[in-house]
Amino acid sequence: MTAHLLGIDGMDRAEIEELLDLTDTFAEIGRRPIARVPALRGRTVATLFFEDSTRTRVSFDTAAKRLSADTLNFAAGSSSLSKGESLRDTVDVIASYGVDALVVRHPMAGTPHRIADWTDASVVNAGDGSHEHPTQALLDAYTIRQHRGSLDGMHIGIVGDIRHSRVARSNVLAFSALGAQVTLVAPTTLLPPSLVGWPVRVSQDLDEVLPTLDACYLLRMQSERITEGLIPSLREYVADYGLNATRAARLPTEALICHPGPTNRGVELSAEVAADPRSVILDQVVNGVSVRMAVLFLLLGSGRELLERSESEAGA
Amino acid sequence: MTIVLRGGRVIDRSGERVADVEVGDDGLIAAVGTGLSGDTDLDASGCVVSPGFVDLHVHLRQPGQEDAETIETGARGGALGGYTALVAMPNTEPTTDCPAVIELVRTLGHGASCEIIPTGAMTVGRRGEDMAPLGELVDMGVGIFTDDGTGLQDPRLMRRVMEYSTGLSHRLGRPVVLAQHCEVTALSAGGYMHEGEWSSRLGIPGQPGESEDLMVMRDIALVRLTGAHLHLQHLSTAAGVAMVRDAKAAGLPVTAEATPHHFTLTDAACATYDPVFKVHPPLRSDADVVAVRLGLADGTIDAIATDHAPHTDHAKELSFDLAPPGMLGLETAFPLALDGLGLDLPDVLALLSWRPAAIAGLSDRHGTDIEPGNPANLCVVDPDATWVVSGRAMASRSSNSPFEGRTLRGRVRHTMLAGQPVVVDGEARR
Repeated sequence: MTAHLLGIDGMDRAEIEELLDLTDTFAEIGRRPIARVPALRGRTVATLFFEDSTRTRVSFDTAAKRLSADTLNFAAGSSSLSKGESLRDTVDVIASYGVDALVVRHPMAGTPHRIADWTDASVVNAGDGSHEHPTQALLDAYTIRQHRGSLDGMHIGIVGDIRHSRVARSNVLAFSALGAQVTLVAPTTLLPPSLVGWPVRVSQDLDEVLPTLDACYLLRMQSERITEGLIPSLREYVADYGLNATRAARLPTEALICHPGPTNRGVELSAEVAADPRSVILDQVVNGVSVRMAVLFLLLGSGRELLERSESEAGA
Repeated sequence: MTIVLRGGRVIDRSGERVADVEVGDDGLIAAVGTGLSGDTDLDASGCVVSPGFVDLHVHLRQPGQEDAETIETGARGGALGGYTALVAMPNTEPTTDCPAVIELVRTLGHGASCEIIPTGAMTVGRRGEDMAPLGELVDMGVGIFTDDGTGLQDPRLMRRVMEYSTGLSHRLGRPVVLAQHCEVTALSAGGYMHEGEWSSRLGIPGQPGESEDLMVMRDIALVRLTGAHLHLQHLSTAAGVAMVRDAKAAGLPVTAEATPHHFTLTDAACATYDPVFKVHPPLRSDADVVAVRLGLADGTIDAIATDHAPHTDHAKELSFDLAPPGMLGLETAFPLALDGLGLDLPDVLALLSWRPAAIAGLSDRHGTDIEPGNPANLCVVDPDATWVVSGRAMASRSSNSPFEGRTLRGRVRHTMLAGQPVVVDGEARR
């Protein structure tokens, strides 16, 4: 049975904490002068991105390289699919290169799950449509834990376009599994059509929520939401949900400001707030590499296991 | 050569009795009684002999998409499912919006295991812009018109098609039926499953049930205005069922069908992200499924139709948004109806046979009572036989059954089309 990381959904607190603990080890490696260990030497990690994302792809690529894995990058635009190639054809071609892990980003929910059915490689979901982005949630949880010790009893606000956000779905699951209370703050049109079963509170009043938060997680706002008629204008969104200096003053002094990046300055947060000492946005980026190292290491196993495998193959 | 279906329970609209059924070589039922003798016996013991089933909604993919299905393979699957008549949808390439393509479908249907009834498109190219030549097609005997796959969005054009169709009834000899796929696409666009608890969790953009309800509401209003006969395809929402119930109570000429997948599966099935569960209208909520079952039970919904929609593996091996909607249905409809509705067998057969036959204007030869002189379009079903669904084992050129691996109870043993045994002991003969 191949191990995959398809989502936070289905992971319990112990599994998440195991990953976060392991991340500590890899964070330490990242601080060394030569940030590289031979843990995954001889293994191949392929990124298969059906959607542009330089940041996430580079983060995974860096994580794999620090573990001494070979890396392959496939930027599979929708062009090959429109030429009549099925998704499965694409996956079969890439699997034929002998990859051990496939890091998949796709604009549609569930595609990594489908791919996991078709390949022997471990599949890591690097973001599937509006569904999940589990490594983002892990790095967010790690970053918050790094600053606050634990998420237990924390109150975390997630602000913005929850409806279309894979980050929000994964974070709601991860934060609540780790003992935090989550409040979603968004215009009603940017909330999922149903929140039945979601362990969250909901508010349309950011000013009221801010003083109660231990962390304020801002989501990226995309301008196409205006053409889709979900909000009247960016201006109105910023007026109601943008974190500016006045609003940030309502946030407790020890609270954290998080954002998955890249930020739209002047939209989700003002330039002053980006420079606020409570902002941990850059820590999130750094921790992203460590978390992804931990994920790849856990899925692909230790170097020792690999050695045993090649020895037994040589003996056979 | 005469054939005797021996020892079955004969059930039709007129009732139930244990009898042999003798079929003559003229394709008609020769005798119904006990101790009949013929040249060949087909064992019907432990089985029910029923008028053949009529499917108001199948996609046979020919012409145009023969890699997914052909009229021959689709009809074979139909016969294996107990069907003797299949109403073929117009979303072929080219579409059946002119006499030549209707003629082609009929020609391809000659010698098939079911009678193939082509529908005409309501609008040219199913584009929803210009009315198709309804009169010309009615004169060829086409009695059902639909743009299935997409509803006719423009209410003004729908009103015109309805008005125009009422003036053609005398040429057809019965009311022209307009069959609507109810979906206001302006509201459903960009959605790939039912919108609700599951779509929210799964991150798959949803289509609200209201996108179906709005067109049901609009078209019932237009029936009130025009008097046209409206048939609502694959009704899937609780609100839609309620509106049809009210329309019928008001005496409006409205009929409706529901599919086995809409009364057995819910949107929760999409949690696998396997597009085999992607269908239009989408699999809906528990409450909708309950309402559809009640609608079938109380007669609000007149017929079970499969919306048999074959797609190749290749076409379904795409992400959920890009994979085409649709699922196989012909070979699984009877057992799902038998087990899924909690109805008595005669009521199930009514939904599968004589009620849809009446809507399709086929009551002269399908769904007819099992009596001497009537056409021998029959099926023999074993209500107790269990079997495991395998898409690959089906007659279809495709294998996209959402019931793969399920054990179902109820299986077709024999099917007779115009007196010819097209399925014998569960094996296709054509």
